[in-house]
Amino acid sequence: MEEHILELNRISKSFDGKMIIKDLNLKIEKNEFITLLGPSGCGKSTTLRIIGGFEKPDTGTVLFHGKDITGLAPDKRNINTVFQKYSLFPHMNVEENIAFGLKLKKKSKAYIQDKIRYALKLVNLEGFEKRETTSLSGGQQQRIAIARAIVNEPDLLLLDEPLGALDLKLRKDMQRELINIKKEVGITFIYVTHDQEEALTMSDKIVVMNKGIIQQMGTSKSIYDEPQNAFVADFIGESNIVDGVMLEDRVVSISGVKVECVDEGFGTDEPVDVVIRPEDLEIREAGKGYFDGTVISVLFQGAYYEIKIRVADTDWISQSVTAPRAGETVGLYVLPDNIQIMHKPRSEDAEVVRE
Amino acid sequence: MVRWKRVLSKVYLALIFLFLYLPILMLIVLSFNNSRSRVTWGGFTLNWYVRLFSDSRILDALRTTLALGIGSAAIATLIGTLGAMGIQAMKRRNYQIVMAVTNIPVLNADIVTGIAMMLWFVRFMPLGFSSVLIGHVTFSIPYVILSVMPKLRQLNLSIYEAARDLGANGVYAFGKIILPQIWTGILSGFFMALTMSMDDFVITYFTKGAGVNTLSTMIYGEIRKGIKPEMYALSTLIFAVVLIILLCTNFLSGRGKEAAEKKQPAD
Repeated sequence: MEEHILELNRISKSFDGKMIIKDLNLKIEKNEFITLLGPSGCGKSTTLRIIGGFEKPDTGTVLFHGKDITGLAPDKRNINTVFQKYSLFPHMNVEENIAFGLKLKKKSKAYIQDKIRYALKLVNLEGFEKRETTSLSGGQQQRIAIARAIVNEPDLLLLDEPLGALDLKLRKDMQRELINIKKEVGITFIYVTHDQEEALTMSDKIVVMNKGIIQQMGTSKSIYDEPQNAFVADFIGESNIVDGVMLEDRVVSISGVKVECVDEGFGTDEPVDVVIRPEDLEIREAGKGYFDGTVISVLFQGAYYEIKIRVADTDWISQSVTAPRAGETVGLYVLPDNIQIMHKPRSEDAEVVRE
Repeated sequence: MVRWKRVLSKVYLALIFLFLYLPILMLIVLSFNNSRSRVTWGGFTLNWYVRLFSDSRILDALRTTLALGIGSAAIATLIGTLGAMGIQAMKRRNYQIVMAVTNIPVLNADIVTGIAMMLWFVRFMPLGFSSVLIGHVTFSIPYVILSVMPKLRQLNLSIYEAARDLGANGVYAFGKIILPQIWTGILSGFFMALTMSMDDFVITYFTKGAGVNTLSTMIYGEIRKGIKPEMYALSTLIFAVVLIILLCTNFLSGRGKEAAEKKQPAD
């Protein structure tokens, strides 16, 4: 059994009567790269702030190495944070910023110098010791913020949308670098982002949140391939989510057509949500798929075309490297394996996951 | 058209000099005039300044003015800075209400403030140095708040959290991280309060009671008996001191602005 470094037990938090986190339970294993993913206002940042000690939950406990730290001040926790807005101290240079935590721990000068050099090397900013933080670019500032946190050798590093303010190219580079840093220092990372692509690329485990509730937890692949509800399916990548009726095991009716799938145990004649990823929806010649539809639009996306097809009253999105012409009639086919069947939400609580 | 504009701006400038700076310049010249006359130049002298500093009543008033100014400015700076931090933390609505209330003493006529305070103070305490001090603290606080507030608004509060996160307790994080960011605002607030206190006549006059005199109330008393050239010298000195303080304040807030501009990320 693996050791849990952090446990959140039944955490709830509201601001001004608005519930931000509802009865949240989360266990984090040592040396994991775990990402809290969700739209803004889903409670992911608040969860991180509770772990860091900047907010106190209304109810529930935070266990760190099995010890209750719910009410402990941030400076008493062996947890460090990389903030979204870098938050470097503007009146100190790079070296002083990185040394801040170590000086407080009364480390020797030589130790601090060593650590600074090591950390700057780690974030690829060797020789930046004497630079003013105000003269650095956004990407460089964020690297310094990471270095400043890591030198303290925390058991847990919290990253609150650290790449949110960077441009796309820089973000991609930093993602790779963060993964390398994680491997090098062997610290547990808790990463918060609303960027699903970033989450899929970097994480060992993803926690998808919406409206203060965990929607699904699992590896990148399991979350992408087997979303458990419509919210996750919609939020992680693009999806066709359409109404269907489960006629019997392994047969679902979509727009009145019987389609083969692999899901079982939904009963008979049960209304369900059917999820098909756009890249799994194959475009064939008319009459050679499950349904025929009219191509409404074709958008060039760089690596592929995004094609919109109307079948009766349902619009489908397909991604393909070859493009039909708009107005053409085509057939649509999907492999049984690529169909994901989900229960329709029944209760009101389940309804929030649909957005 | 353009020429007219230029002429008008020159006229405007001339009027300002004529009505604002020329009288002060006259006063300064007269303070070095070796003649009691206000119209003839009797040669250069420092005589009036020498007399000024041998007059024990004037020195008393000077001491009172300085004690009052520095004391009230220090207290107002402390209260005003803490107040500004409290107001900054308020929600938008309360923030706007409190800032509006803060502006009232600044805009209110001094004579109203002065009389109101006098009526209030006589109920609780003998009028004297302490009542004047309380009065000065009261009207100085808004100036401190107004000069600290912009600094607080520029502040990225997450640097405080970052310091706590790195192991600093609240006091250390405030002293080491927040204070260096806002001290120019605090200092310029202090100087502003100091100038206000040294400048004030009306509120001091109503709250001082008998026996206490600041320079301004003393000059007022003296002038009623007839204008003595020592008063020119005294006024010149007050003007010089206030000017220096103002220049310091401007320099400080100027520096603050530069730092703030530098703070913008460079990419």
